[in-house]
Amino acid sequence: MKNQGTTNRPDNTAFDQQRLPAWQPVLSAGIVIPGFLLVGLAFIGIGVALFVTSRSIQVLENDYTGTGSSVHCSECVNPKTTPCTCQLNFSLSALFQGPVFLYYGLSNYFQNVRGYGSLRRPSSSCAPYQYDQNTTIAPCGSVANSMFNDTFTLYQLVNATRKTVPLDGKGIAWWTDYNIKFRNPPEVDGSLAAAFNGTVKPVNWPKPVYDLDPTNPANNGFLNQDFLVWMRTAALPDFWKLYRRITEGEYASGLPAGNYTLEIQYNYPVANFAGRKSVIFSNTSWMGGKNQFLGIAYLVTGSLCVVMSAVMLIVYAKFNSPDEDF
Amino acid sequence: MGSLEVWSLIKQGWRRKPEQEDKVRRLISNLPYEDLRRKYQPNRQYANNSIKTTKYTVWSFIPMNLFEQFHRFANVYFVVIAMLNFVPIVNAFEPGVALIPICVILILTAIKDAWEDFRRYQADKQLNNMPCSIYSRKEKDFVSKCWKDVRVGDFVKVVCNEVIPADILLLHSSDPNGVCHIETANLDGETNLKQRQIVRGFAAPDGSFQPEYFSSIIYCEKPSNNLNRFKGYLDKPDKKKIGFGKENLLLRGCTVRNTDEAAGIVVYAGHETKAMLNNKGPRYKRSKLERKVNTDVLFCVALLFIMCLIGALGYFIWLETFPDIPPFVPPDSNNNYISPALSGFYMFFTMVILLQVLIPISLYVSIELIKVGQIFFITNDIDLYDEETDSRIQCRALNITEDLGQIKYIFSDKTGTLTENKMVFRRCSVMGIEYCHRENALRLGAQCETISDDEDIVFQKPKVPSRLQYRQKKGISSLRRSQSARTHMGARYQSEVFTITNEVAFSSPLETDVAPDRRLLRVTCDEKTQIQEWCRVSHCNGSASFMDFFLALAICNTVVVSTAMLPRQRVSRLQSLLKRMGSLSHIVNSFQSIPEKSSKSRSSLKDVKEEEAEDYSDSGSNNPSRRNSSASHHSEEERGTVSDPNGLCYEAESPDEAALVYAAKAYGFTLLARAPDRVTVRLPQGAVLSFEVLDTLAFDSTRKRMSVVVRHPITREVVIYTKGADSAIMELLDCHGRSNKRKKIASKTQRHLDLYASAGLRTLCIAKKVLSEQAYDDWASIRQEAESTIDNREELLMETAVHLETNLTLLGATGIEDRLQDDVPATIAALREAGIQVWVLTGDKNETAVNIAYSCRLFNQGDMVFTLNTDSRSILDCTLGEVRRYTAPSQSWSFQSIVGAVMPTESTGPTFGLVIEGRTLSMVFEAHLQMKLLELARHCRSVLCCRVTPLQKSAVVKLVRNKLKVMTLSIGDGANDVNMIQTADIGIGISGQEGMQAVMASDFAITHFKHLKKLLLVHGHWCYSRLAKMVIYFFYKNVMYVNLLFWYQFYCGFSGTAMIDYWLMIFFNLFFTSTPPIMFGIMDRDISAETLLGLPELYKTGQNSEFYKRATFWIVMLDAFYQSLVCFFIPYWTYQGSDIDIFTFGTPMNTVSLFTILLHLAIEIKSWTAIHWGFMVGSVLLYFIVALIFSAICINCNPPSNPYWIMENQMADPVFYLVCIITTVVALLPRYIIRVLQGTLALSPLVQARKLDRLSTEARDQQIKNWKSQRSPSEVPTNLVSPVDSFSNSFEQSFYNSSLEREIRISFPSCSLSFRLQFLFCTNIQYRSESTSFMKLFALCISSLKYCSFLDFTSY
Repeated sequence: MKNQGTTNRPDNTAFDQQRLPAWQPVLSAGIVIPGFLLVGLAFIGIGVALFVTSRSIQVLENDYTGTGSSVHCSECVNPKTTPCTCQLNFSLSALFQGPVFLYYGLSNYFQNVRGYGSLRRPSSSCAPYQYDQNTTIAPCGSVANSMFNDTFTLYQLVNATRKTVPLDGKGIAWWTDYNIKFRNPPEVDGSLAAAFNGTVKPVNWPKPVYDLDPTNPANNGFLNQDFLVWMRTAALPDFWKLYRRITEGEYASGLPAGNYTLEIQYNYPVANFAGRKSVIFSNTSWMGGKNQFLGIAYLVTGSLCVVMSAVMLIVYAKFNSPDEDF
Repeated sequence: MGSLEVWSLIKQGWRRKPEQEDKVRRLISNLPYEDLRRKYQPNRQYANNSIKTTKYTVWSFIPMNLFEQFHRFANVYFVVIAMLNFVPIVNAFEPGVALIPICVILILTAIKDAWEDFRRYQADKQLNNMPCSIYSRKEKDFVSKCWKDVRVGDFVKVVCNEVIPADILLLHSSDPNGVCHIETANLDGETNLKQRQIVRGFAAPDGSFQPEYFSSIIYCEKPSNNLNRFKGYLDKPDKKKIGFGKENLLLRGCTVRNTDEAAGIVVYAGHETKAMLNNKGPRYKRSKLERKVNTDVLFCVALLFIMCLIGALGYFIWLETFPDIPPFVPPDSNNNYISPALSGFYMFFTMVILLQVLIPISLYVSIELIKVGQIFFITNDIDLYDEETDSRIQCRALNITEDLGQIKYIFSDKTGTLTENKMVFRRCSVMGIEYCHRENALRLGAQCETISDDEDIVFQKPKVPSRLQYRQKKGISSLRRSQSARTHMGARYQSEVFTITNEVAFSSPLETDVAPDRRLLRVTCDEKTQIQEWCRVSHCNGSASFMDFFLALAICNTVVVSTAMLPRQRVSRLQSLLKRMGSLSHIVNSFQSIPEKSSKSRSSLKDVKEEEAEDYSDSGSNNPSRRNSSASHHSEEERGTVSDPNGLCYEAESPDEAALVYAAKAYGFTLLARAPDRVTVRLPQGAVLSFEVLDTLAFDSTRKRMSVVVRHPITREVVIYTKGADSAIMELLDCHGRSNKRKKIASKTQRHLDLYASAGLRTLCIAKKVLSEQAYDDWASIRQEAESTIDNREELLMETAVHLETNLTLLGATGIEDRLQDDVPATIAALREAGIQVWVLTGDKNETAVNIAYSCRLFNQGDMVFTLNTDSRSILDCTLGEVRRYTAPSQSWSFQSIVGAVMPTESTGPTFGLVIEGRTLSMVFEAHLQMKLLELARHCRSVLCCRVTPLQKSAVVKLVRNKLKVMTLSIGDGANDVNMIQTADIGIGISGQEGMQAVMASDFAITHFKHLKKLLLVHGHWCYSRLAKMVIYFFYKNVMYVNLLFWYQFYCGFSGTAMIDYWLMIFFNLFFTSTPPIMFGIMDRDISAETLLGLPELYKTGQNSEFYKRATFWIVMLDAFYQSLVCFFIPYWTYQGSDIDIFTFGTPMNTVSLFTILLHLAIEIKSWTAIHWGFMVGSVLLYFIVALIFSAICINCNPPSNPYWIMENQMADPVFYLVCIITTVVALLPRYIIRVLQGTLALSPLVQARKLDRLSTEARDQQIKNWKSQRSPSEVPTNLVSPVDSFSNSFEQSFYNSSLEREIRISFPSCSLSFRLQFLFCTNIQYRSESTSFMKLFALCISSLKYCSFLDFTSY
């Protein structure tokens, strides 16, 4: 029932009547020319900066798979020869600016395959590497099981003697991974091994998890830095993972020019998936690792925008009738 | 409700199977069983009166609502996908998470449903608890109870102005005549009163009603939804059967008026009442756009299938490439490896889950939400609000708003749609003499101008005999005052006196005041002197015909009389007064002897009147709803106007009748009262005549006439007064007349009728017949027999009516004008400019329709109008062929003018109009010449179909709709338009004078035809462009986002991995990018309303579906592919060959696609209001806030590499921003450049119009004018006087003058076909010049008609 005093009359407000003040841009050449020009120039500027920065980054990559084009470590290709150690020699003609990062690279390795690591339901995330003869595997799951286990030692050849370059294994994993995400089980009687009592090592591992780094007892269990790095799933099938940083002693400012030997403990098989292994020395800048692409992309897009502004100028001159100059 | 009904049916069938099989309902009074338990109640199996329109109960809501929702295809798809998640072998995401979107959608819909249901529940509760009076045996009186307590078999009493709680068989009425008046406005919207009678034999002489003694058994038909069908009989204890019908039934929902109280027995209650059975929910229509969307969704399904297939094959091939099983290919949980082929097969389903978003399921929810918003804005448009009736536009169909923007054909009714359906008496012809009522015409002209300055309407009235003038003035003044009050109410004081506006339908002074024609008045005055003679002579001869004419006008109708001040109180006192005054002969005697006596009788009449008024004000103070009216009554008195008998209000079922009664009143023949068996008329001299009504032969469309049979109070003759369509009456005239005079009169009258019709007036013929006593008795017995039959009563009644209406004597004819509504010509012109073809389908006769068509500019003065009026098949065929050949040379441009966009057309040659009569139309349908007709019609600017039946109307609409595959709109106001309203894509009802049937059947209900302009040109355009763009955008959005995942499959071995965390993925569609498109669909305004109205041709973009074509879909798909490639590969190349982890890689992509998707929308948004900014900025902010919070708290949610702290790390990295910027720019550059080029080159009128919008108002108006003159130089603003006006103003001078209209008639001797080229020459020079070109064309036409042998230029 309608009451007295109320009518059905709609409210005469700007909102109800769809008369809200509005900005009604009409895209036309005249307006966008300065925009294109500005964006183009800015992009070119950024592009140049990126390109120059990227050029300054040094990268040294050596494939040591031992098959195909790579000659290094070919002696270790035969899986029967285990353990196998091989050497990779290289020389630097100039100082390799520090801090230097040592990566290992795997290619054709699909760490991102569903079911392998990422995107599995937690309840079954470890299957089929959850139990080994009814004993819980720690750490469980196929990612952990297939952990990369080649090790590298770097020597500088000074006067024909091998001088070990100290490799810093601390802080190579994400801070959050180390401090928040992964936790060791509480130690029993001050022993980490006792804490892992009742579990077995993953099938492919030579050593149990509490014994991963014999040199540093703190770097064991789930908080082993190499383990943490491996557990962070790579996005693409060709990926690097940080192995060590060279930050200590005389090498803190970089690797001086000279000859070096990298001794590789060749354990990890890649032949069964036609993968390749490599080792990479790289330094970084504010924009991270070496990447030419972004700089070039900015340069190209910037130039394109400048060209477009020229085209728009022509269009504007040709088609804009004077009465549309508002 | 459906299942409920089923349930109750089952219950009933279970218990009372035998009863169910009966075709009748048997019921008895409940009173003897009053105290017994329900088990022993006799009528327990019938539904009680509590109603429940809710779908759910609190308990059944969740299961039933879910069940209902899963009926929809889209939801089923969603559920299947969700189930697929739980199949272990294909598990993709967290199954629980995958359920979130479907749950959100289900919950949203459920909340909407629950809210609607709750409102229904509240309404039900309110209704169920309304008070009513039920008779109780214990109390021996009616006791107050609630509606829900009413049961079948109860006795219920309703008092005046109360709403009837159930369908009640009327057994008692306070009215001495045993009638009860009800207003059915709640049921069908008709505000006139309807009369109901108590069942025969139940009229208690002392006026008391004792239900205890009711011992009959009632047999009536099963509940049905037919409001006009009800019959049954009472089985009395003495084995007597009394029949009853719909005139004895009080319907639930109606209001009792003019009757102090009425009572009866409930026959149907609750859901079985006719009102409830007629109450259907809103209709569901699928719009054209939605149909298109569905096909495109199928394309998406195909796309999804292809992509999944690629994924499955890719996985298979990828697995095959490995020489050995690599460590990263996981075995299943039992450490077994599945064969690559089988894995590939499973991968197909994994892909389906991963890429499911490609099917835009949320699109349907979004569309629904958008339509709700659009309807909100349409109903809130103040321009579509009607002040007078205080009503907005009603959107009854909720899901076809965008169809309003694509209409190509409009089918309009004429009466009440183009015209006001307010009938004004204009002319009449009595005994072959025309009275043109020039004063009346002048007055109408004056009134039109000053109608708003209510009180000071002044018009010059010629001198008329003093007494009459005096009375006339008085009558007019009192009436005008009531009118002025109404105008005030409408405009300003509506709130104060709203009761009157809502309950009382006054007629405007235009209709009620008729200034009598001087000549005719003189004749009637002269006639008065003959009255004595007339009274003495038993047989009335020709000299009394004038009296008879006006008596017929006053009597021969079904008008209900009420006073102006208390309009719903019927003047029944008058009758008791008459009875008190003594016999009729007494009146006649007093009248015959001395005039003073008659004045005395008048004064006594007046006394009674005043007494009556006091009565009413007393009752008014008791009754709150009457208080206002009585207050206004008092105010009237203060102003010094005493309500005299002239202050009568007539309420007629058709406005024509009222107009005639008012006309009769103007000449002094005032209808004072009408009862079922008696009508009372006051003659000009003041004498009151009371006619005994012997029978009323109601109007029906087959007979096209109505009659009353009365006994003349003086001559005691049985007289039949008939009025009806001229065709119907002329055939029935007494042809074997004694004199030539009658024939002469008939032919003269016929000519007048033709003239009236050509002036656009509605014509009626009035005739009478005197019946001998014997003949009447014979007929009456047959009639009685017919009435008492139960089967095919209608046919029998009609037969008897036809039998009686023969050998009539023509009295005269009337011409009633149906005035055009405001702005109809402008609206039609604008619609036509918008590329819409307007067809008018009317039941009126040819000439009337054609003239209305001219006056509303459906046909222009320069148009060539073809009239097809034949019923011979071959002729029609050849005519169509000829006409086509004739129009062939101009085909090219006329075709362009219909479909062409903006090219200057219409510069050459005249345009064509087509008039088709109903019988020709039926011939077309029978002979399968539809396509020819359509082809012809397409060459014509407008098509006018006259004398068409409702069925033909819908057939025409169906023909155009199906054969031309265009969007059609029907607009009408009456029951006869319901068919066509339901047939068209959009049905629009005009809530006007003719009740609500049209509105009930319509999708949109408006109050004036002119509202159509804004509804279509502005709201239609907006709704269509908004929705079309939104839908396109939605497809784009989903494809673009899903493709990112698809490209990633090439880098994860087609294993169905997503590089974006699934929570963020789900939120992306659910929250981050869902609201801007919805807001866009509701609020974006590409062109302002003013420009759209100023440039109707902009509407053509919608007609041609330019915003959403098949190509548009594929272009946007290409764009989506391009953008997704950019959004994937720029980050890919940036991060390639680094130690990036999967979610760090996915986050920039997610962010980039958010920016791209939103900025893509920003390019499409044409007007940025604060709300737009709010939604866009809000979405971006929401994304960052949610992503940051999510990555901060989600420590363990997607192991082993989870999104913890990813967003934070990314936002600290400059490369992230650099990637975001360049990717967005590169992705949107092509679209942006194309839009800029479109804006610069301004090829489309839309862009030009948008540029106009940026101007100031004056500059814009100027530009619009320039634009129009540029675009269509030939479209000269023809602000000519409408032909009807000019015609009727100069009617008398040019009556026989051929200068105004010349008709060229071509006759075909071979086929007796004449098609007319009608051409109105006006004094305008322009048309002179055109007339020569017309003659040329005409010559061309002649040459093409080879067998044309006879040319005849006729003129009046």
